[in-house]
Amino acid sequence: MADAILSLQALNAHYGDFQALYGVNLTVNPGEVVAVIGANGAGKTTMLRSIAGLLRNAPEAIRWKGHLIGALRADQVAALGIALVPEGRLLFPSLSVEENLVIGGQLGRKGPWSLQRVYDLFPILKERRLQQSTSLSGGQQQMVAIGRALMANPDLVLMDEISLGLAPVIIRQIYEALPGIVGEGLTAVIVEQDIAKALSVSQRVYCLQEGRVSLEGQSQTVPRDDITRAYFGV
Amino acid sequence: MDWLNAILQGTLLGGLYALFAAGLSLIFGVMRLVNIAHGDLIVLSAYIALSFGVSLGLNPLVALLLVVPTMALIGYALQRLILNRTMGEDLLPPLLVTFGLSVILQNVLLMGYSADPQNLQAGAIETASVTLGPLAVGVMPVMVFVTAVVVIAALQWMFYRTALGRAFRATSDRQDVAQLMGLNRAHIFGLAMALSLAVTALAGVFLGIRTAFDPAAGGARLIFGFEAVIIGGLGNLWGTLAGGVILGVAQTIGAKIDPGYQILAGHIVFLIILALRPRGLFPRIDG
Repeated sequence: MADAILSLQALNAHYGDFQALYGVNLTVNPGEVVAVIGANGAGKTTMLRSIAGLLRNAPEAIRWKGHLIGALRADQVAALGIALVPEGRLLFPSLSVEENLVIGGQLGRKGPWSLQRVYDLFPILKERRLQQSTSLSGGQQQMVAIGRALMANPDLVLMDEISLGLAPVIIRQIYEALPGIVGEGLTAVIVEQDIAKALSVSQRVYCLQEGRVSLEGQSQTVPRDDITRAYFGV
Repeated sequence: MDWLNAILQGTLLGGLYALFAAGLSLIFGVMRLVNIAHGDLIVLSAYIALSFGVSLGLNPLVALLLVVPTMALIGYALQRLILNRTMGEDLLPPLLVTFGLSVILQNVLLMGYSADPQNLQAGAIETASVTLGPLAVGVMPVMVFVTAVVVIAALQWMFYRTALGRAFRATSDRQDVAQLMGLNRAHIFGLAMALSLAVTALAGVFLGIRTAFDPAAGGARLIFGFEAVIIGGLGNLWGTLAGGVILGVAQTIGAKIDPGYQILAGHIVFLIILALRPRGLFPRIDG
């Protein structure tokens, strides 16, 4: 617990009057891949948006490397080394593929990721680098979204539903690239609908149900029945 | 030949209108803010140049070296301290606040400088002209037009070739995702307004050299600026220059038919274009 790089302590999140998260506790250790699963509307995306600073919280609800970051703006959180691959990719339509990647690295943090390295990981993006990002296929856009986050050379990458709406062959391609991404001490929190995929790439798993943590365990050993129960609340 | 002259004068006048419009176009493009006070800020620039002229004895063209940074600073402060608080999904609050700002600016200028029309004296260059065959072309209008072309080319270059321009476009696309990239929206918006008012400073000083101005002169300039932006197509800077030229030519040709038709002719051409091409002549092609 003491060596956690990220910890959420009693995180609550609201959209107006609607409360989306209730006292969520979660820890992430350095270099670890943590999967967060749960049904639609369970609060997974809300949790990632809170960590990234798009939703503001009490300062002490989110602790990152000893800083209390719950109340920081998204640009301040980004400067501390947290990058989000948002649900739905959300590329910048006015920017070319390459500009989308470059702007991801505009804070100038040092690290292993560069334009060349992203192109090595996803060679198709180099061919398409001068195109408008919206002219790409969904899978290629997802590669840009991942590459854009990596360009920030973050210490923690948050990935929200990176397989949503993509063809199975593309999903496989992206997940095959994942070990090359998280291999070098990069910590990741992955939100995923596909439970088998989520368990296969992660060391630990949390399940959210209606805004509360309903299960926490080791990805390889947690019993499937427990997951089903935590997921559906039956 | 008179008609050719009218078209030439109108084209050159269009450069001034493009300068009125470029700042409007820029902030609308970056932050979807419709600045109703834009015309009054143009007039404010002219008064600031007037004050520098009186207190420091500067020619207004030299005073630009001070007026441009002054207006840029005013723009940054205005955006950070006031306008950013009104920005959100709804376009109405910033619209209302800039409307209020317009009223305040006019009254402050009225208190400070009275309602008497003023003029910026730039010296001999105001009346200098060169003869091109049968046509006489004023040096000052040519200078204004060239400035407009240079300003628009520079803005275009900044938008598409620099990190600042990339940040402007990204913030314009998706404010929250731009924030995730480490861009502070409040600062980016402040820079956009600073740039807009720097261009406004040029427009105001050229306006003050060309014609007499008073604290209530902003409204018409706002309309001309809007018309140029909309004729050219929202978000297209070269289109804004074309829009300014079309408006200028329409006005000088109208004035040629009957001096009373000058302003009316511009509005009519604007309305015709708005009716036939509601997105303007050169709308930006969105992906």
